[in-house]
Amino acid sequence: MSGTLTDQPMIDFRKEFFADERDDNLNEVGKPTRRQDITGHVTGRSPFYDDHLFEGLLHIRCVRSPHHAARVRRIDLSAAERMPGVVRILTGKDVPRNLNTLLSLLDFGIDDEPVISTDRVRYRGEPVAAIIATSEARARDAVAKVVVDWEPLPHVLDVEEAIKPGAPVVLDIYPSNKFIYHGKYDHQKLRYGDVEAAFRQADHVIEGRYQMSPIEQAPIETCGAIATPEQNGRYACYSATQALFFSLAVSSKVLEMPSSRLHFIGGTVGGGFGGKVDSIHEPLAILGAMLTGRPCKCMWDREEEMQVGAPRGAERWYIKDGVMRDGRIIARSFTGYFDSGAYTRLSSYAIIKGVGHLPGPYTIPNVSANVYCVYTNRTPATAMRGFGITGVDFAIEAHMDKVADTVGLNPIELRILNAYRDGDMKAHRRLAKNCALIECCQVVAEKAGVKLSPAMLAASSRKDGGGERARLPISTVTDEHGLVRGFQGGSYGRKGAKPAPLSGISQTMPLATPTASQSPPPAAAPQQPPPRVGSMRFSSISGFRRR
Amino acid sequence: MALKPVTFILNGEPKAAFTEDGQNLLDMLRRGVGDLSPKYGCAQGSCGACTVLINGDPQLACLVLAEAVEGQNLETAAGLGHATLHPLQEAFMQRFAAQCGYCTPGMLMSAKALLNANPRPTRDQVIEAISGNLCRCTGYDPIIAAILDVAEGRRAP
Repeated sequence: MSGTLTDQPMIDFRKEFFADERDDNLNEVGKPTRRQDITGHVTGRSPFYDDHLFEGLLHIRCVRSPHHAARVRRIDLSAAERMPGVVRILTGKDVPRNLNTLLSLLDFGIDDEPVISTDRVRYRGEPVAAIIATSEARARDAVAKVVVDWEPLPHVLDVEEAIKPGAPVVLDIYPSNKFIYHGKYDHQKLRYGDVEAAFRQADHVIEGRYQMSPIEQAPIETCGAIATPEQNGRYACYSATQALFFSLAVSSKVLEMPSSRLHFIGGTVGGGFGGKVDSIHEPLAILGAMLTGRPCKCMWDREEEMQVGAPRGAERWYIKDGVMRDGRIIARSFTGYFDSGAYTRLSSYAIIKGVGHLPGPYTIPNVSANVYCVYTNRTPATAMRGFGITGVDFAIEAHMDKVADTVGLNPIELRILNAYRDGDMKAHRRLAKNCALIECCQVVAEKAGVKLSPAMLAASSRKDGGGERARLPISTVTDEHGLVRGFQGGSYGRKGAKPAPLSGISQTMPLATPTASQSPPPAAAPQQPPPRVGSMRFSSISGFRRR
Repeated sequence: MALKPVTFILNGEPKAAFTEDGQNLLDMLRRGVGDLSPKYGCAQGSCGACTVLINGDPQLACLVLAEAVEGQNLETAAGLGHATLHPLQEAFMQRFAAQCGYCTPGMLMSAKALLNANPRPTRDQVIEAISGNLCRCTGYDPIIAAILDVAEGRRAP
């Protein structure tokens, strides 16, 4: 067999679209190419973190809460300490800075989550101690000997139950079980035009409720890390992390150790899909290595991966559309609830990203959204492939089908009719460019054998956009609904820190302005974005900028 | 904890290791003799990442007691191909049948067992043969295509 790639590519390259925008002299883009790491994969020699062997390796296993919510009255380690092979037992007191939130590295959110909980647990499986033993089996045996005096507390597992008055409070810093956006609202707002007025003008008002359950990333390699002391006061950490520098920074923060003393080795990841960004294992493995002087491995078994591993969080969406008889959608409002689980992790960010995506790839002149990041006593949620977008896209597209059914249009034609065209103004006040939804719909219809009308076949992302469609709404209705006073978190800062200067996050996000825009709309001509030069850098001080 | 010696053939070479009480074959192969190609995915027989051949039969190393392989003939992905790659390895590379690569060694061994027993499998027989091997990246189609490429008479040019 030759070394060249197969001439039967599994991807259908449709080169007739946007041919004038594409440079066909590219060497790699648009052609199948071989992964640089595939020889290691097919010979079983790719170095996953657990493929590094160490003499005298110790194993860390956590003692976990059987309750969704409980107070920890007392932890009795005496029997576990006497078990064979037990070298050391870690509790929250051993963690130098036992409180973190992942996005604090971007000055976003308040530290809310202990590495090892000391007094209270907020989800089933939350760790309260970690056994370090000479084998995994001995660590398991010792875990079974730890006696925890639990005082079960009321818990809440549903987002809409969690925000009712009197619901059990998950995190004391968020007493209404809602993340506080921009230091002043209990939800992320999007306001664009006047949806209520448009609903009154619409021929149909169509409502829907959509729910997406949590999804576990389920990589075949479970999450884990091995740390080992080096001879120069540094610690090497071999990790399955998807986010090596993120894990390095989290470890540096919670261990109060300069990152120059941490030597992270990774990059070969046995499947991640978002589930390996939370940096849970690295601090524990390094702490174990610090306190025992021996290499320590902290690895989830499959059951932990499924129970404790942070999933794509559940989302619930309510969508209301105002639609004209001909299928044009003139207003769309959203109420969304992201189930963050017991801690923030990445959910607050997922919502900001998701709201920037609303109302989906459609030009709708009036859009409103209230999206809540809700704390419940479920497993904390985190990243997973397109998180923040995927759940609401499911809701939007299911709703589009419902709208098509109501107005009696073919669902593909409804999408083409409402799709963004180049030059259209989007709800987050940026002009659409490089649109391709119409072309995608046309290919889908062709492949599915759906006949489109001549007008729909002639539609193009390049035509009929901009102009009137580039205008901002004449006025946007705003409100102070959900205003929170006296919140101490600062706009993006950590608790106690002074608010961070407005960063790139806020510049690119649909901040609700407290005053209605009464100024006339700007000129209709689509503005050209600045030319793209160099790669983007993010700085929490100066925001996004190009090199 | 008593240590027990066990001897076996691994990819054509005689090997010896000490096993601990209750140690599984996966752990002995990885830590005992340093063959890292079988992977830990679940340790409960549900993912197939640790698939090895014992006397030609595909077995899950996490469910086999290490001491039970005394005198047996073991094959793992580390032994596939020598100076050149095995046709299955070539086909997996050609077909982009690995992304993260973690399921690949087990997948290759299930495929090898199939082709040893049935050199001209149908697509359905390929699917059946790898039904115990989970892959979260590829969606399986490239893997099925790669195995079919190697099946006798259907090799890609």
